Amino acid sequence: MQDILSLAATNLLSPIILSFALGVAAALARSDLNIPEAVAKGMSIYLLFAIGFKGGVSVADHGIDGTLALSLVAGIVLSAVLPLIAFALLQVLGNLSRLDAAAVAAHYGSISIVTFVAGTSVLEASGITSEGYMVAVAAAMEAPAILSALWLVSRGGDSRRMDSELMREIMLNGSIVLLVGSFLIGWITGVDGLVKIEAFIVSPFQGVLCLFLLDMGLVAGRGLRGGSGVLRPGVLAFGLVMPLVGASAGLVAGLLLGLSTGGVALFMVLSASASYIAVPAAMRVALPEANPSIYLTLSLGVTFPFNLTIGLPVYVAVASALTGG
Amino acid sequence: MQTHQAKRVAIIIEQVMESRLTGALEDAGVTGFTILPVLGGSGRSGAWSREGQVSRGTGMVQVVCIIRPERLDAMLEAAFAVVERHIGVVTVSDCEVLRAERF
Repeated sequence: MQDILSLAATNLLSPIILSFALGVAAALARSDLNIPEAVAKGMSIYLLFAIGFKGGVSVADHGIDGTLALSLVAGIVLSAVLPLIAFALLQVLGNLSRLDAAAVAAHYGSISIVTFVAGTSVLEASGITSEGYMVAVAAAMEAPAILSALWLVSRGGDSRRMDSELMREIMLNGSIVLLVGSFLIGWITGVDGLVKIEAFIVSPFQGVLCLFLLDMGLVAGRGLRGGSGVLRPGVLAFGLVMPLVGASAGLVAGLLLGLSTGGVALFMVLSASASYIAVPAAMRVALPEANPSIYLTLSLGVTFPFNLTIGLPVYVAVASALTGG
Repeated sequence: MQTHQAKRVAIIIEQVMESRLTGALEDAGVTGFTILPVLGGSGRSGAWSREGQVSRGTGMVQVVCIIRPERLDAMLEAAFAVVERHIGVVTVSDCEVLRAERF
């Protein structure tokens, strides 16, 4: 318990979390602080490239085994199953329409890549290593949840099919292409490749992540300000309970796979996080009648800050305790 | 200067639907249109601003096209098939153009 509190305190007072808090506070106080859209986009490209590349280098350095394939399968299964759990939980807590509940559930099966990046940063700061291929697991967990949500809707008699254009957009969305592409580049070029661009993708990483999370704080704060009246208490509670349910499922999967402490922690982070980039876009196409204020406010305004401030240190501490790391 | 009657159709729609809408317009024979970013606004779903949007799913665009009056119905039918279930505004107004053969 002492370890968890110590790690939580260290995490809460880290520059990345304080930058996020500054963004939330500025938005809630209606400050005109703003990160230009193009700058935010540039930073997200940088972070995705860096995290993918470093993951690829790690795989090249340590080699791969059967656990990689099993981890990918486990990630896909989790992404497909978590929406079913989320949907059931929403039936109990949320009193939402079937469409809204399915749309929310899709977000909680998919992942937040920013939470994943912050998770790797917390692990690095704690000196805990993880499997480099978790980047590929993150990419694999983006899409299955969307199919599960559409299945949930179709079970209610409202047949929605996934058209090929939507499937292409989901599978080839910029984040996935960049993450997987940079992972492959890192894997192919290995440590030699890393040495050549280390000054660009390693040293500035934490500083860029601070500014990016400042922007995410602004977005989350604005979302909270605008959507505070949208969420009923039950739905709000779901946004705090579901990450813990997801993290527990990720913990079981990570332990069964025999991953390292960092790998288990990242599986928990991925399973606990909720999408706010890929899935909202897919939901607007496939389920346009679902209320975006509910799922965006929940995933971005409630679950993302919860995971960033409280979830990450708890997941890392639990993974450490159970793996002896 | 000689001008010619035409119709100006402006469709404000979610960004994720942009390619689907322009694809439907092209299938209906409408090959000329302009796409503009939308900065913000307010409607039945409340106020909205482009500032700070993190997801492409929540952005909006405006697709504007100028066509001959006799092609309006076919064009609106094609557009409506795409925008029917989505947030958005479709307006039609009269306008005049200088070079009728281009529309």
